[in-house]
Amino acid sequence: MGDVFRKLGSLAISGVWQLGFIARFFVLILRYSGQSFMRLHLTIRELYFSGVLSLLIILVSGLFVGLVLGLQGYEILQRYGSSEAMGTMVALSLLRELGPVVAGLLFASRAGSAVTAEIGLMKVTEQLKAMDMMAVNPIARVVAPRFWGGVVSMPLLAALFSTMGIFGGWLIGVVFIGVDDGAFWSQMRAAVDFRYDVLNGVFKSAVFGVAVALIAVFEGYDCVPTAEGVSRAITRTVVSSALAILALDFVMTSFMFRGL
Amino acid sequence: MSRTTLDLWVGVFVAMGIAALLFLALKVASISGSDIRSPYTLSARFDNIGGLKVRAPVKSAGVLVGRVTEIRYDNEHFQAEVVFSVDGRYKFPTDTFANILTSGLLGEQYLGLDPGGEEKALAPGDVIKKTQSAVVLEKLISQFMFNKAADGEQAPAK
Repeated sequence: MGDVFRKLGSLAISGVWQLGFIARFFVLILRYSGQSFMRLHLTIRELYFSGVLSLLIILVSGLFVGLVLGLQGYEILQRYGSSEAMGTMVALSLLRELGPVVAGLLFASRAGSAVTAEIGLMKVTEQLKAMDMMAVNPIARVVAPRFWGGVVSMPLLAALFSTMGIFGGWLIGVVFIGVDDGAFWSQMRAAVDFRYDVLNGVFKSAVFGVAVALIAVFEGYDCVPTAEGVSRAITRTVVSSALAILALDFVMTSFMFRGL
Repeated sequence: MSRTTLDLWVGVFVAMGIAALLFLALKVASISGSDIRSPYTLSARFDNIGGLKVRAPVKSAGVLVGRVTEIRYDNEHFQAEVVFSVDGRYKFPTDTFANILTSGLLGEQYLGLDPGGEEKALAPGDVIKKTQSAVVLEKLISQFMFNKAADGEQAPAK
């Protein structure tokens, strides 16, 4: 019996310790961000690796998600004779939920894991220690640019994902099925509100960007400096990013979209 | 990869992202604030507002002229008080009639304004006196049943 409680206690303590460590790490990143922005090309390089190289998977998945939404939406809506509402359905589901969430999940597994692996391997080969010895702050030199690269790319990628999805829905609805083009766009415009739907979606994706980037750099920096440790850190990045995205999404949705 | 090509790709990426955001803002969404210019607020009391919600459209002759900004319960009159903002370009006479209508059979409810013939226009903050509540389907059906029952009583007497 005592064993169970001891285990629970150690679990709780290590959980709280981890949380505090992440928070302190976050504050450190923010503190050294100014220093890392002095050499902006470091951040631009990370924007390339996290953002530009994720473009292909984001665009292709966005297109396919939109195509599927179009097909399924038409299947259901035509039963009620309102297949023109397809545009509304595709746009709202993408802008509010699917865009930020699916782009976030893809971003975590495509870019977040790469960042963790990179920083973890730097730790294994003691590059981070070497930087410290040379009076180069590894947080300003390595961690902060990767963090900001993720934070900036994420909302842009989510917007591109939603745009491609809407294009996919349009392709299925208007081009293949033959829903009226004007009705498709005008019903969409009538139902989608800029502040309520678009800005809330952008805000969501920005929050996911901070969460994924923070988890990725933290897991890399915190990993056990062995081959096995790095592989575990990468797994943890993907798993905890996915959980964080879905949990944060639920919390934000319940605050943003309460049906007024 | 050299720095200039890297910069170029990042520039293309950021431009694409911003273009996507602009597309979402301009082509997909409508900006609710922008189609109502220099608004003024009016209010109206209803016995029953049905399913009217905040941000519901205010229409006159089918044209969007404003939006509902607030709905509260007036404990003095035991009525619902609906506050709404109207585009500053449009003026309505003081004997304007406010109805709660439904677009389509099962569509969303909106506030309809029927202007009267009065010369004086409603000033900001005024309360519209003539209102008609939302049609509650249950009441309509029960009324219909009542009439049918009344008809049924009369029929055998004939």
